[in-house]
Amino acid sequence: MDRFLWTSGLLEINETLVIQQRGVRIYDGEEKIKFDAGTLLLSTHRLIWRDQKNHECCMAIPLSQIVFIEEQAAGIGKSAKIVVHLHPAPPNKEPGPFQSSKNSYIKLSFKEHGQIEFYRRLSEEMTQRRWENMPVSQSLQTNRGPQPGRIRAVGIVGIERKLEEKRKETDKNISEAFEDLSKLMVKAKEMVELSKSIANKIKDKQGDITEDETIRFKSYLLSMGIANPVTRETYGSGTQYHMQLAKQLAGMLQAPLEERGGIMSLTEVYCLVNRARGMELLSPEDLVNACKMLEALKLPLRLRVFDSGVMVIELQSHKEEEMVASALETVSEKGSLTSEEFAKLVGMSVLLAKERLLLAEKMGHLCRDDSVEGLRFYPNLFMTQS
Amino acid sequence: MHRRGVGAGAIAKKKLAEAKYKERGTVLAEDQLAQMSKQLDMFKSNLEEFASKHKQEIRKNPEFRVQFQDMCATIGVDPLASGKGFWSEMLGVGDFYYELGVQIIEVCLALKHRNGGLITLEELHQQVLKGRGKFAQDVSQDDLIRAIKKLKALGTGFGIIPVGGTYLIQSVPAELNMDHTVVLQLAEKNGYVT
Repeated sequence: MDRFLWTSGLLEINETLVIQQRGVRIYDGEEKIKFDAGTLLLSTHRLIWRDQKNHECCMAIPLSQIVFIEEQAAGIGKSAKIVVHLHPAPPNKEPGPFQSSKNSYIKLSFKEHGQIEFYRRLSEEMTQRRWENMPVSQSLQTNRGPQPGRIRAVGIVGIERKLEEKRKETDKNISEAFEDLSKLMVKAKEMVELSKSIANKIKDKQGDITEDETIRFKSYLLSMGIANPVTRETYGSGTQYHMQLAKQLAGMLQAPLEERGGIMSLTEVYCLVNRARGMELLSPEDLVNACKMLEALKLPLRLRVFDSGVMVIELQSHKEEEMVASALETVSEKGSLTSEEFAKLVGMSVLLAKERLLLAEKMGHLCRDDSVEGLRFYPNLFMTQS
Repeated sequence: MHRRGVGAGAIAKKKLAEAKYKERGTVLAEDQLAQMSKQLDMFKSNLEEFASKHKQEIRKNPEFRVQFQDMCATIGVDPLASGKGFWSEMLGVGDFYYELGVQIIEVCLALKHRNGGLITLEELHQQVLKGRGKFAQDVSQDDLIRAIKKLKALGTGFGIIPVGGTYLIQSVPAELNMDHTVVLQLAEKNGYVT
């Protein structure tokens, strides 16, 4: 901890910011010190820490002082950390927060995450060593740090070796994982080829493959995550799974829909359903495929796609066209309305409010005034007055 | 083989050959379906084995996730297509990305009144990390982009606009046209456009 020196925090010419992260605490070795909440900045030349509460408290370490860095994964009650092993402080170092320290390493604790990205960038900077190519003012280059035949304290070498071994072990695990993954992918590729061949045969002779077999095939594709080129008029690209899902959704969404005036955007539905499930979540495509089957299965909800591409679920009993009539009344009362104003008045989301106004316009009841100030709707007087 | 293919006899023979091909074709497709079923079972157990050894790697290591996704894309497989897919069920990739999707939607909704539905990838990243809390897995920007790409299926116009070295995420449908996009990209360079 005695390697830090006080700084203004301003970057020098030639020094550029690489990444910064809030919510970082510094440890001197294993000990907590008073620097518990700060913003950590990585530049091409230094690691800078500025206290979040007191911006005047700002200190830095030149990157050349760093011997080695490693990651420490998060645990229960513990944030993820980066351990930074340092060279001994040079004799002519400028003043910093600590005059002396028994530790030759510090820890950076990422209380608000961001550790992975930061570690990656820091490793990159350590490899590229850009500070050697872009000299900045003398005040930064106080340490004689790394030179070709650098002398290291014995303790650090031992630590380094151990860390190197551990890193090799991790690398080995990762390469083993990659190898296994590659083998798996080869098998998966065979399945893809096979499915293409079957799909072609199905396309050529629509009549000959039974409905059952097609359904089976589609479920195989779903399991493997292979795009489904086979569609049948009745159920689209849905499978048994999607049919069941559609029925579940009909049950689940009845009440929320009634609360929201009979209509909900598909994004709202996605969030609602997945939050309720907690686990084994639905993919967006699962949701869409299930919703496409609602009407065919004669369930009390249906999927509707507006011209703009916005997708909603509405109750069968909900007639958007009838809502348009009341929308027209509301707009006439106020003279003119934007979608935000209309949404506020009626108590619906801006997205759906806009769609309703657009529909009213399509049906000829409203006119638009599209200007720099925004989109405003007026009753269509061309229709009502001659 | 007869070299001349003319005359009624030749036509009849051709029709017979076609019928035979068709018949064989049907059998072949059924055979293939049975074969696929068997291969699927085998694949499933291979995947289970892989998962038991390396599931943690995918959960913890964003770089590995990227590699995994790229490999899948190369062979034509989408591991995130369905929560019912093997990949999702056994490796848990699905839940990770689908939940991230929900979090992204919520952040965009919460900030829409302030930024009009446009947010930088960096800010989205920070906000999502904050929302996830201390005990959740870390997520990378690549993870966010993949989750957003999946959200496009919901038809609400989630857009990813490249600007400078990074991306702007648009969560308001169909609001930006080509002109707007170009202006944004120009503005990014100087911080303003006049």
